[in-house]
Amino acid sequence: MNLFTLAIAYLRSRLLASVLQVLLLAIGLAAIVVMLLVSTQLADRVERDTRGIDLVVGAKGSPLQLVLSSVFHVDSPTGNIPYAEAMKLSRHPLVKKAIPLALGDTWRGYRIVGTEHALVEHYGASLATGRLWSAQMQAVVGAEAARAGGAGGAPLKLGDTIIGSHGLVDGGEAHDEHPYEVVGILAPTGGVIDRLVLVSVETVWDVHPLPPAAAAAPGSPAAAAPVPAAGAAPARDDGHGHAGHSHARPAAKAGAKPHSHSHSHSHAHDHPHDDAAVAGSPGGDVAGADGSTKPAPGRELTALLIQYSSPMAAAQLPRLVNSATAMQAASPAAESVRLNRLVGVGVETLRVFAWVLLVAAGLALFISLYGALSERSRDLAMLRVLGARRGSLLLLLLLEGLLLCAAGGAIGLLAGHALTEWLGRSVPALSQWALTGWTFAPGEGWLVALALLIGAFASMLPAVLAYRTDIAKVLARG
Amino acid sequence: MTVLEVNALSHRYGNVAVVDMPAWSVAAGEPWLLLGASGSGKTTLLHCLAGILVPTQGSVKVGGTDLATLHGSALDRFRGRHIGLLPQRLHLIDCLNVIDNLLLAQYAAGLPRDAAAARGALEALGLAGRAHERPHRLSFGQQQRVALARALINRPTLVLADEPTSNLDDGNCAAALDLLLDQAGRSGAALVIATHDQRVKGRIERRVELTGGMAVPA
Repeated sequence: MNLFTLAIAYLRSRLLASVLQVLLLAIGLAAIVVMLLVSTQLADRVERDTRGIDLVVGAKGSPLQLVLSSVFHVDSPTGNIPYAEAMKLSRHPLVKKAIPLALGDTWRGYRIVGTEHALVEHYGASLATGRLWSAQMQAVVGAEAARAGGAGGAPLKLGDTIIGSHGLVDGGEAHDEHPYEVVGILAPTGGVIDRLVLVSVETVWDVHPLPPAAAAAPGSPAAAAPVPAAGAAPARDDGHGHAGHSHARPAAKAGAKPHSHSHSHSHAHDHPHDDAAVAGSPGGDVAGADGSTKPAPGRELTALLIQYSSPMAAAQLPRLVNSATAMQAASPAAESVRLNRLVGVGVETLRVFAWVLLVAAGLALFISLYGALSERSRDLAMLRVLGARRGSLLLLLLLEGLLLCAAGGAIGLLAGHALTEWLGRSVPALSQWALTGWTFAPGEGWLVALALLIGAFASMLPAVLAYRTDIAKVLARG
Repeated sequence: MTVLEVNALSHRYGNVAVVDMPAWSVAAGEPWLLLGASGSGKTTLLHCLAGILVPTQGSVKVGGTDLATLHGSALDRFRGRHIGLLPQRLHLIDCLNVIDNLLLAQYAAGLPRDAAAARGALEALGLAGRAHERPHRLSFGQQQRVALARALINRPTLVLADEPTSNLDDGNCAAALDLLLDQAGRSGAALVIATHDQRVKGRIERRVELTGGMAVPA
């Protein structure tokens, strides 16, 4: 028997009110925790995924969409850009590094990205096992995608084959005839690359021997699944044996002479595809490919990730791209700020809502403690008769408030993390951001302090009144 | 040995004298009656004796300690350890079970919690089987016994009972009185019973009568 057990006994004696107060507080805190976790993880993610990427060049359209699709891999691309033009830009003196991206397919919701080894290097990823791709139809899988992926829920392993489906949302037509072989699995980085399946650009071209998707305007089916596909003469020449040629270059700059080979190879196989634009487009039969396709004029990319070679580039390069080419340049940093502003309204609303809940929780607690005071005055007076000090009564009431709020705080934090984890797993729009509840956001410690502060504030007046109980009067009243 | 010594005590609310007591002295182990009609100031006097109320004038000494010299928590502690109060309405803490009510008295007085002593006290009062029940589930007589056990648990030198028999029929009245006298006698405490109950008068010889606030040692 002590103040603590006494406080618990009093809380239990009005169980319903106590539980309601705890819940009210917990809900308010959980909302704040979710907000904190989501916003810090998104900000973190944005910071990490945009690091080192000064500019994204892609098809004209929404710059935000371009950044979302090419840097964060969450939105549909704006369209495609001519490979030749992209290569030209990548050789610009103000460009230090340019990494090509060719999007269009997914594997179980994970995007298949046609790119170069430089992308792996750029994201600081290392191989957990296997090696990087060196031929067509070879895939290197990000850590998370690999974990999710093998048959029967087992992680992917080297040598497994995976089959992409067309489009960036699940349920597209499966490219059954184009299985990729897993040759490498990346170690986790915590960045976007964990969720990607990387192949060579040529592999993507092979799977998508389509004419340029003029249809790739946003809103059209093709925009949802833009195809970085080939033009009139999609080339996949088996006969050249340039294995590794296009992969070993440090960056896209190495694609220096894209037209030196390959334009005029005829293809006998018509590649079946769902897009109307496919008509007449000869596609390559990949079987037996040795990975030696060369870019042809008319080939396309989805985007180019660019790192500046000098600060001056920030002033010149975007303008150059936007005015002098048919492409669009977007700055991930600027678009992130814009995104934040857009999302900010929602976050702000949630924040206000959460604070209203917290204030309501504090008020409810106050009303409950204060209301219970008159019926408890005899108990309090009797405690004094039994020898308890005034200060003990003060502490008792404070303790009750604090215990409720500590419980509310603990439950709120737990619920906030659980809810975030759940959101990350089950809301598709959020799972793309790899949201998790298994992490702490800075500022959560303050929430615990805040919860206790609410308890202290709400129980302050009742505690002071208890402190001042006139025991003779209360006992005489009977 | 004098346990209680009252000197020129007077308490008034505003200008109205509620209680006046020129001098009174109670020795260890003595049972006393504090008689008077309702509203004669019995409860006020008891509160002054218990150190719950500071009298307007005069002094109260319990076990040689002048209560006026004790302040704040020192007075609370002193009261908790030396004075046992059995209020008319009992004031058991209803969110605690019977034994916890006794342990609470030990805790409030700053004494170590002695569960064995508490169980012993309940056993002595025939409440051993009710230790873990809430007070409101007991009969009034049982509740009164719990309150008595609580008043005595810290072995006070002075026990003050406020109208302990007013709610009881004749049989229970006699039993309650027996219990009070017996228990106070066992613990060697002086006992002051404030009452207007005529049935009590025959049992205890020492008495003070409050008439219109004036105390008349009978």
